[in-house]
Amino acid sequence: MAQKKIIVPYKNPMPVRDPLERVDNFNEVALGYSEEAVLAEAGRCLQCKNAPCRQGCPVEVDIPAFIGLVSQKDFSGAIRKLKEKNALPAVCGRVCPQESQCEKYCTLSKKYDAVGIGRIERYCADWELANGVLPQTVAPLTGKRVAVVGSGPSGLTCAADLAKLGHKVTIFEALHVAGGVLMYGIPEFRLPKAVVQAEIENLKKLGVEIIVNAVVGKFATVDELIEEEGYDAVFIGTGAGLPYFMQIPGENACGVYTANEFLTRANLMKSYCFPEYDTPLRVGERVAVLGGGNVAMDAARTALRLGAEEAWIVYRRSRLEMPARREEVEHAEEEGVKFAFLTSPTKILYNNDYWVTGLECLRYELGQPDASGRRSPVPIKGSEFLMEMDTVIVAVGQGPNPLVTRTTRGLECNKKGNIIANPETGATSKPGVFAGGDVVTGAATVILAMGAGRIAAKAINAYFGKKD
Amino acid sequence: MYRIVKKELLAPTLNLFEIEAPLVARKALAGQFVILRINGEGERIPLTIADFDRAGGTITCVFQEVGKTTKELGALGEGDFLQDFVGPLGLPSHVENYGSVICVGGGVGVAPVFPIARALKEAGNEVVGIIGARTKELLFWEEKMRSACSELRVTTDDGSYVRKGFVTDLLREAIEEKKNTSLCVAIGPLPMMRAVCSLTREYGLKTIVSLNSIMVDGTGMCGCCRVTVGGETKFACVDGPEFDGHLVDFEEMARRAVIYKPQEQLAVARYVENHGHNCSCSCGGGR
Ligand SMILES: Cc1cc2nc3c(=O)[nH]c(=O)nc-3n(C[C@H](O)[C@H](O)[C@H](O)COP(=O)(O)OP(=O)(O)OC[C@H]3O[C@@H](n4cnc5c(N)ncnc54)[C@H](O)[C@@H]3O)c2cc1C
Ligand SMILES: Cc1cc2nc3c(=O)[nH]c(=O)nc-3n(C[C@H](O)[C@H](O)[C@H](O)COP(=O)(O)OP(=O)(O)OC[C@H]3O[C@@H](n4cnc5c(N)ncnc54)[C@H](O)[C@@H]3O)c2cc1C
Ligand code: SF4
Ligand code: SF4
Ligand code: FES
Ligand SMILES: [Mg+2]
Repeated sequence: MAQKKIIVPYKNPMPVRDPLERVDNFNEVALGYSEEAVLAEAGRCLQCKNAPCRQGCPVEVDIPAFIGLVSQKDFSGAIRKLKEKNALPAVCGRVCPQESQCEKYCTLSKKYDAVGIGRIERYCADWELANGVLPQTVAPLTGKRVAVVGSGPSGLTCAADLAKLGHKVTIFEALHVAGGVLMYGIPEFRLPKAVVQAEIENLKKLGVEIIVNAVVGKFATVDELIEEEGYDAVFIGTGAGLPYFMQIPGENACGVYTANEFLTRANLMKSYCFPEYDTPLRVGERVAVLGGGNVAMDAARTALRLGAEEAWIVYRRSRLEMPARREEVEHAEEEGVKFAFLTSPTKILYNNDYWVTGLECLRYELGQPDASGRRSPVPIKGSEFLMEMDTVIVAVGQGPNPLVTRTTRGLECNKKGNIIANPETGATSKPGVFAGGDVVTGAATVILAMGAGRIAAKAINAYFGKKD
Repeated sequence: MYRIVKKELLAPTLNLFEIEAPLVARKALAGQFVILRINGEGERIPLTIADFDRAGGTITCVFQEVGKTTKELGALGEGDFLQDFVGPLGLPSHVENYGSVICVGGGVGVAPVFPIARALKEAGNEVVGIIGARTKELLFWEEKMRSACSELRVTTDDGSYVRKGFVTDLLREAIEEKKNTSLCVAIGPLPMMRAVCSLTREYGLKTIVSLNSIMVDGTGMCGCCRVTVGGETKFACVDGPEFDGHLVDFEEMARRAVIYKPQEQLAVARYVENHGHNCSCSCGGGR
């Protein structure tokens, strides 16, 4: 019997760079635990037998086991344990919304701070990156070839798992670098690109071939990959890259960006290094970001780093309902991002030159809880007011890009254009074609996309077994 | 990496590149475009597919040096490589036998209109080609266009070649002469396409234009290329680049085309300063 543990109520703080020092550059904000801190944090875990934390993790990482290994300073054992379930711990440790997943269910969280599971996870992954990646075993080649469409977390995970099973995998990526949203969307200050690229190098070591600048549906369709190129199966992980708009007047004015454009220019094209890098970006002085998710926080924080005097989050509901990770909201606030809650624009105003001058907004109040329990916002009559702005970034969500779905015969989608796939296997209506990640679920999370890639890899392997 | 297998100077600051890109060449059709990036620091810029060789695995692009990236591109030569080259993007031109059509190419627009004229003629249309340039030395592909059309008419703004006048002058004459024309395709600078559209509107002649809005990814992800067509927002990279010219909001397009003017001016000034001189003699800017 283990001794009765002494409860340590507070989470060991994550060292972060000073807000004033960090708002004018893109270096990572959260610095990661020291060994001392990670051991102290791991020591807070009660090693609960029923491990309630696991049910909050979409891929069921064996949390007490890996934290136990950390406590014994067996970091290589810990990372091995993590990787049994989670192929991208360096990414997930940084970007999972832990407060609504694993940490939400932690026994400690009922009365005290939850165990900093994500922070411990990140420590282990960074330890691995610093100390050399553990050897990975690859099964002998099976002769089967799989095409993976899209190189976001779902595609990367699916590819890695299939490669380890001995299948020959080729990833086709539309952009000029692999990584999906991890590269073009989530900014450097939250997820350093070197971390993502290290995972991708790892994948190449497993024998996975990555072909960039390859838009499936254009240079070849999924059907052609199967019929002409001879792939035995296809995994579609094309994400949710199609930006939505609010459908209010003025959205095509100059100075109105989608978050995708704003973040792609900044992150993928490194506009923050203009003119050393060629892609321009115009940030403006007063920036309004419409939306309340991670994407909105990233856009607002990026705008401040690029020199905006004020960056506003304009959100229809209140702080409580914001879907962004709590830590990002806190960081945004520390950096000086301002919040206009219970506010929604009805119109984007612009001048004779078509340049944005402001937002016409309505104030909202929270009404009765709806079926989902969320209190839905109701506009207050006559509450119109003006916010002067010279840049507007629309971050109200994304849907699936139709390039692949529209060009694939017999692939069933729902009304929103998401591919319909069996959640247990990723199988679609088309034999040999599997799908997962945001293209199936709609915009969700890295860990869910990764989990879907993993499930599909397993199912593809089983599909090959059955076919032979 | 994508190799430049052939370079030809068609006119001052107007280059033709043939680029090795078998995956793109395999599927390329008239009306589509590519996006390229010269190097790791480069921006992504779209260029129309002016021709393709499926067997040889190459794509032909014709581009005008207008700013930093196109000047840097123009300084490259045969055997040099482009870091990124993706396509074929956009929807291909809709080709069918309409009977009689007019294809108008203004300035560098002659290059993208060429494969469309050729495809329309191959589909059985009578194709009247109209091409024009500011001045004689900027006119190119006259013979190539003649071979792709049933009949070719040529003009220069300053009268230095064939006749003096704008393509719209020739277009009006052609419409008046050929009462049975059922489609006009016009590609060129924005003001030209706009002028063509207001002319053909008078005659109720359906007109297709190819829009050059600013792009980043070219796959429908960023929304940067959006244009208003018939009151609806369209993404030029995936819904176009060709649209019914009578429905396009050209005013909005013209405003959006100059969003980055200050940055573009800075970039080109810096480039010219760092690269000695600013000519198009393919010396690579004296490097
Ligand atoms: C700004 C931003 C911040 C976010 N922050 C968080 C966060 O903090 N935590 C979190 O858990 N989640 C976050 N998310 C969500 C998370 O990033 C996504 O849920 C996840 O990346 C989805 O993975 P995926 O593999 O399905 O697709 P994606 O990551 O979208 O990747 C899809 C890839 O497919 C490529 N592709 C698309 N079409 C084609 C085609 N036709 N041919 C070839 N390739 C194609 C795309 O170019 C892309 O590279 C954020 C998202 C954004 C945009
Ligand atoms: C679908 C499409 C097809 C095109 N085909 C051709 C072609 O065949 N030949 C040709 O000479 N030009 C073509 N263009 C235009 C070409 O992309 C621009 O001339 C080029 O991007 C200018 O880059 P720059 O850095 O040299 O000049 P800059 O000084 O940066 O820009 C000059 C002007 O070009 C436009 N432009 C700038 N950046 C972009 C961008 N990323 N995407 C689109 N336009 C931009 C802007 O209107 C700008 O004012 C095409 C554009 C589109 C959208
Ligand atoms: S993968 Fe995410 S949800 Fe699962 S344990 Fe790690 S941080 Fe928590
Ligand atoms: S619930 Fe919390 S304390 Fe219990 S095992 Fe999981 S992380 Fe440790
Ligand atoms: S260029 Fe990005 S959506 Fe068209
Ligand atoms: Mg440029």
